[in-house]
Amino acid sequence: MANNVISTPAKRSSMPLLNTNQKATLLFLLLLSLFLIFWEIGARSGLFLPIMPSASQTIKDFWTWIADPFFDYGPNDKGIGLLLLTSLRRVAIGFLIGSAIAIPLGIITGLSPVISKAIDPFIQILRPVSPLAWLPLGLALMRDSEKTALFVIAITSIWPTLINTRFGVSNVDPAYLNVARTLGASRWRTITKVILPAAAPSIVSGLRISLGIAWLVIVAAEILLSGGIGYFVWNEWNNLKVTSIITAILVIGLVGLLLDRLFGLLQTWVSFGQRS
Amino acid sequence: MRTNTRPESTPSSMDTTAGSVSISNVTKVYFGRQTLADKLLKRTSPDFEALSAINLEIEHNTFVSIIGPSGCGKSTLLNIVAGLSKPTTGEVLVDGQRVTGPGPDRGVVFQSYALMPWMTVAENIQFAIETVYPTMPVAQQKEIMQEYINLVGLSGAERKHPHELSGGMKQRVGIARALAINPQILLMDEPFGALDALTRGFLQDEIERIWEQERKTVILITHSIEEALLLSDKIVMMTRGPAARIAKVLDVPFPRPRKREELDQYPQYHELKAEMERHLTAEARVVEEARVRASV
Ligand SMILES: Nc1ncnc2c1ncn2[C@@H]1O[C@H](COP(=O)(O)OP(=O)(O)OP(=O)(O)O)[C@@H](O)[C@H]1O
Ligand SMILES: [Mg+2]
Repeated sequence: MANNVISTPAKRSSMPLLNTNQKATLLFLLLLSLFLIFWEIGARSGLFLPIMPSASQTIKDFWTWIADPFFDYGPNDKGIGLLLLTSLRRVAIGFLIGSAIAIPLGIITGLSPVISKAIDPFIQILRPVSPLAWLPLGLALMRDSEKTALFVIAITSIWPTLINTRFGVSNVDPAYLNVARTLGASRWRTITKVILPAAAPSIVSGLRISLGIAWLVIVAAEILLSGGIGYFVWNEWNNLKVTSIITAILVIGLVGLLLDRLFGLLQTWVSFGQRS
Repeated sequence: MRTNTRPESTPSSMDTTAGSVSISNVTKVYFGRQTLADKLLKRTSPDFEALSAINLEIEHNTFVSIIGPSGCGKSTLLNIVAGLSKPTTGEVLVDGQRVTGPGPDRGVVFQSYALMPWMTVAENIQFAIETVYPTMPVAQQKEIMQEYINLVGLSGAERKHPHELSGGMKQRVGIARALAINPQILLMDEPFGALDALTRGFLQDEIERIWEQERKTVILITHSIEEALLLSDKIVMMTRGPAARIAKVLDVPFPRPRKREELDQYPQYHELKAEMERHLTAEARVVEEARVRASV
């Protein structure tokens, strides 16, 4: 009987052949090939409109675009890398303008409940407005399509940063504020040394969402412009070159992913174990 | 032996008789939700009288422990002395001056550590020094910072962030931060509450040692009878809440420096311990009985 107490190593269940990640990768590849096969067959058998290219044709064209990204044969014929640089520059400027408004406003509203309540109706009403709705207004205000694009990017990327900054600043752990108070720290010192660092993770996560939105908006904002990946999409649609459009969609998605990852890194850098 | 690197101009280093605390007639009522809107929403809550007419005189450079059943209002009282919370009636005087808010003359060691997670150990302590002594040369600030890091036995961990520290190490940073600004009064809210017995004992010895080196007025909240007996000159026993009062103040006459293992050689040690145990169990029993009655 006493032997029962001594623990015998539990019988190892037979080792799984693949771990979760490997299984997921295999499933992903399976789904991707099913999708490509369906697309290929659909295009060849005339299931779609004739302008819809086959998967193999698209992959071939995608590769030509990717292989030589920086050629420049005049304003309407540029490599995808140059187009991206133009778009990224616009997104960066618009996003910087938006953040330069959102962060200070978020700090002020986070510190003052009165201002926060007073400004809230503006935020609630303007936030859900589609970027397309801002375009005509931007043109009317700026009379310039380049500035209008920046305006649209800026105004749509304000809200997540503004709201997150306000939340972060007004929800600093009271323990940190009590430390500052018992040390007799001035208001300014409390804001710069305690409140802002404590709110930094919220602010950066707001910036991350805002940047995602700014990148999302670029295609719409570049309807009116020349150059840039958004312009390219509209231009290639006029040329009925669907493979180029699909290429652009993939590239836009990949760049968006990359930007998001960069901000993800920044987020872990500012959070110092406050989260996770 | 430590050298005092503090400049002559800081008030607490010049006046060694500073640090008396006088608590007179302090009551604290937490007001419930009673507005019309609350009544309409049926979410009113009654007012809660946490402390009732607390009177306590603490002479400078005495070590006072507050002990009492959980939830009786010990933290409330300490926060009032710290100036973080206002008494509903009555007042607290520090060296004859009425307390109207927190200030660096009263260093606080928080129960929840309250270290800034984005600052390293060194930065947390230096932030405190820099805030309290803004005109002090940086080299001297660093010197003081290092001195207190060594004092609490954290040398080598200067550049770690709080999430890389154990609970006991965090608590030591909290203690070093409070000591480094050289307050004449040190307020500690269950500083060892969350620690295991060994670390706890080690830090208690360390507090005893530090206190021998630089005398201060200390108010320590604790749940541990042994801790109170090891460290205090006086032990304040509080009754259960609501409307908690001071039941009795015990004098602890053992000579210093005290050694944990030698304390129980004094006959009075056992008397004091028994008296405190009697008080705490009696209070706890009433609380428990009330709880049982309420749940029947
Ligand atoms: N902000 C508040 N609003 C309402 N009631 C409160 C508030 N803070 C504390 N109380 C009540 O006041 C009483 C005393 O609380 P306090 O935190 O001072 O107790 P304590 O003696 O420190 O307890 P413990 O030993 O468990 O830390 C408790 O009954 C608590 O419910
Ligand atoms: Mg408490």
